Amino acid sequence: MNEPTHDSIGTADLKQQERREFRSYVWGVGLALMLTVVPFALVHWGVMARRALFIMIGAFALVQMIVHFRFFLHIGFRRKREDLQLILFSALVLFIMVAGTIWIMADLAARMALPIHP
Amino acid sequence: MSQETFKYPGLNLGAGHSKDDDAVQTTMFGFWVFLMSDAILFGMVFATYVTSVHATAGGPGPKDLYDINSVFIETLLLLASSFTFGMASLALKYKHSAPRLVTWLIVTLLLGAAFLGFETHDFLTMFAKGGSPERSGFLSAFFDLVPLHGLHVTGASIWLVCMIGQIARYGLDTRTKLGIMRLALFWHFLDIVWIAIFTVVYLAGLT
Repeated sequence: MNEPTHDSIGTADLKQQERREFRSYVWGVGLALMLTVVPFALVHWGVMARRALFIMIGAFALVQMIVHFRFFLHIGFRRKREDLQLILFSALVLFIMVAGTIWIMADLAARMALPIHP
Repeated sequence: MSQETFKYPGLNLGAGHSKDDDAVQTTMFGFWVFLMSDAILFGMVFATYVTSVHATAGGPGPKDLYDINSVFIETLLLLASSFTFGMASLALKYKHSAPRLVTWLIVTLLLGAAFLGFETHDFLTMFAKGGSPERSGFLSAFFDLVPLHGLHVTGASIWLVCMIGQIARYGLDTRTKLGIMRLALFWHFLDIVWIAIFTVVYLAGLT
């Protein structure tokens, strides 16, 4: 990959780069819109079994988050690695704490016969 | 085709702003660390909500209180505001006129304000149906989570007004640019938190 040096970026290159980045935002918002409309439609018209619906809307949300990170926050594998590593580490900590909390509390509720079924 | 290197999260200023671009790396990464700690905070409040969602204590539940149409409009408003902030970032990066940058920022601010208006209306409707925080564990958890996001958006909107003030007072110097770029990260981050809210709270609550 050719890295442009500071002086080598001409006006034409900048224009081209701006168009590319503008298109990237349009792609991002288009994908995000699609990933928003589909789960809302699925829930609104209730065309699926409850369990399948949960999995579907969860998957759509995850993909939409990745789209936002990629197109709006400009995080990716070819970018500076520390930013991505920090997200992945935070996601791991989040997963352990959130999933652990829900698991423990659901287990507790089940053992104490409380009417809680997450 | 030339591929730009990204040195920090968010839209990078690039070589055209070499002095400012070098100055911001540490600051942007530091702000990124803050955002991730904020994500942990939201995550724990989400966990609280999920564990309390069935604790309605005989009061109104999600299906009695949530309005999917209103949430859909709020989602679109926030997504549109993310896009317009992206346009503001591009105007900053490619050195378009300050009025053009400020116009995009004001459009973003109006979209954010419209979002908050719809959200407040939702809360008032819930109150009218007997869904106030003290009614049940579920409602306490709900009013812990969703207004926490609303409070963040309110804070970001106030910050946005301050940034417009700074542009008017100091012009686009290094500090102003840095402020706008960090606010851009914050704004996009809040939109990501909203994805989790409309999925976990509203869509899952209405299935």
